[in-house]
Amino acid sequence: MSAVEPAATGHAPKAVSPLKEAWTVYRRNTPAIFGALLLLAIVVFVIYGTFFYQGDPYEIVWAPLTPPGAEATVPFGTDNLGRDLLRGLLKGGGPTLAVGAAAAVITLVIGISFGGIAGYFGGWIDDLLMRITEFFQVLPALLFAMVVITLFSPSTITMAIAIGVVLWPQTARLTRAEFLRIRELEYVMAARSIGARNGRIMWKVILPNALPPLIVSATLTVGVAILFQAGLSFLGLDDPNTMSWGLMIGANRQYILDAWWPVTFPGIAIFLTVFAVSLVGDGLNDAFNPKLRER
Amino acid sequence: MGLTAYIFRRLIYGIILLAGVLVLNFFLIHAAPGDPAETIAGAMGGATAEILSAIRAAYGLDKPLLTQLAIYLGRVAHGDLGMSYYFNQPVIGLIAARVGPTILLVFAAQLIAITVGVVMGVLAARKPSGPLSAVITVLSTVGYAAPVFWTGIMLIILFASIIPIFPVDGMTSARFSGGPAAHAADVLYHLALPAFTLAIIFLAQYSRLSRASMIDVLGADYVRTARAKGVSETRVVFRHALRNAVLPIITVAGIQFGNLISGALLVESVFNWPGMGRLAFDSVLRRDYPTLLGILFFAALMVIIANLLTDLSYRFADPRIRTGGR
Repeated sequence: MSAVEPAATGHAPKAVSPLKEAWTVYRRNTPAIFGALLLLAIVVFVIYGTFFYQGDPYEIVWAPLTPPGAEATVPFGTDNLGRDLLRGLLKGGGPTLAVGAAAAVITLVIGISFGGIAGYFGGWIDDLLMRITEFFQVLPALLFAMVVITLFSPSTITMAIAIGVVLWPQTARLTRAEFLRIRELEYVMAARSIGARNGRIMWKVILPNALPPLIVSATLTVGVAILFQAGLSFLGLDDPNTMSWGLMIGANRQYILDAWWPVTFPGIAIFLTVFAVSLVGDGLNDAFNPKLRER
Repeated sequence: MGLTAYIFRRLIYGIILLAGVLVLNFFLIHAAPGDPAETIAGAMGGATAEILSAIRAAYGLDKPLLTQLAIYLGRVAHGDLGMSYYFNQPVIGLIAARVGPTILLVFAAQLIAITVGVVMGVLAARKPSGPLSAVITVLSTVGYAAPVFWTGIMLIILFASIIPIFPVDGMTSARFSGGPAAHAADVLYHLALPAFTLAIIFLAQYSRLSRASMIDVLGADYVRTARAKGVSETRVVFRHALRNAVLPIITVAGIQFGNLISGALLVESVFNWPGMGRLAFDSVLRRDYPTLLGILFFAALMVIIANLLTDLSYRFADPRIRTGGR
């Protein structure tokens, strides 16, 4: 904190924007910076990798289950059908990341709307919305997502919606708690006294001040959503024509005793991605709550 | 509020939640693309005309939507969750046979996670920057970021080909003969790997939580008093401090129950454990909607019961809640 505190000269402290302050804390946090760079590297690898290492991930290029390093043209080896694993890893990252991000956005939209309205209005509206939230928490999330996807035919879009629909209750509870706390603060009363309408107070006054914990939670939701995407496509609930890391593991699970590589590499890719996301999330949490850093 | 009145109120609430799950199931069937009769038959359009007309009559599909809902709720209230046309068996029987193994897996995993997690957390709390705290940090990372089905597969590779000391498939040995005790031992032996795999995700959380909560409690006045009057350190930690640090762990254990069931779906599929998750996976492949919706209903029932038990144990662990005092 010392960097942003004013020197003891008696001058009024210079106003520093909260974002800038958070960044000052974040950039000194080595694991958080490492996580951000790792995530950036994965995204670059997934988006631009296919330009440098071209080819159809479904094409059979070499003998099935060729170990990594045994053949120069397939550096990561081949899967049970003789498909190039590196092509699959590059191509399969796209859906994994996209579904993770899209599901997190859906979670945020539903969660913030529900939690915001419940926390702001209180009373019976709060009771009703919180009972609905509790209801959704009783359903095991992965099972509920499986049911939704199966009923509405598996596709990447169905999957993003299904994951978003099952993960929102936590965001709603967090938003509600923040709105309950902030709505009693003086600047909200000030906004109300100059005649601001409810909608304006909720989305323009309270929401910006409730954002820091929500950003942290959204980051961690991306990690969970990626794990859900991986688990669901592992179970075969994705469009079989969409290559993804989970699908690669699912397709090769029967050969694990003969070949470790077709399941190990995609698993490491998922692990590193979620690991990077969680480091960023922890870093943001520390950056927004400097007091918690002492723990 | 008295305990009986409290339990009664919670039971009513649980029943309302369960009715909610059924209403949701009902609307999911009707919102899904295609004819609801086809959806209920769950045979991807392969159901015969007789089966379809039987379903239409049984579920009153030509009647108004609310009447259909009432018929559906009435059927479930009589223990009829529908028919699995794939297995040609009532759904309720199919699921009943699979509930046991899932409960066994989930409880074993929860038990391992809480026991190992709390012991690690307590030991780490005594030296907040010691090596055990570092281990907990690493474990939390792996527990959070590694997909559970992948961890399971990695363990299968490890235990099937490198150190073959645990079975990696199924719930019992294929050629098994012996008494009930030997049978139980065989099941436990098969349970080891799946339960451990599932426990890994949650172990880290419990250890992190109990570490933080113990660090708080160990700084409290009554702990200092206990030490000052010469109580042994083991007694201070496990009797005076842990009892007070255990409350947040119970809370989290209750919240995690739904997540445990989600994790069990994947773990059962990886280890061929014959539980509800395995059945859910098979039902997905066969588009067996009645079975899938029945599993959703049963899973919700399990979560509701677990939440009730959590609340009760919370009242048991903290006398202040029991007496209503502050």
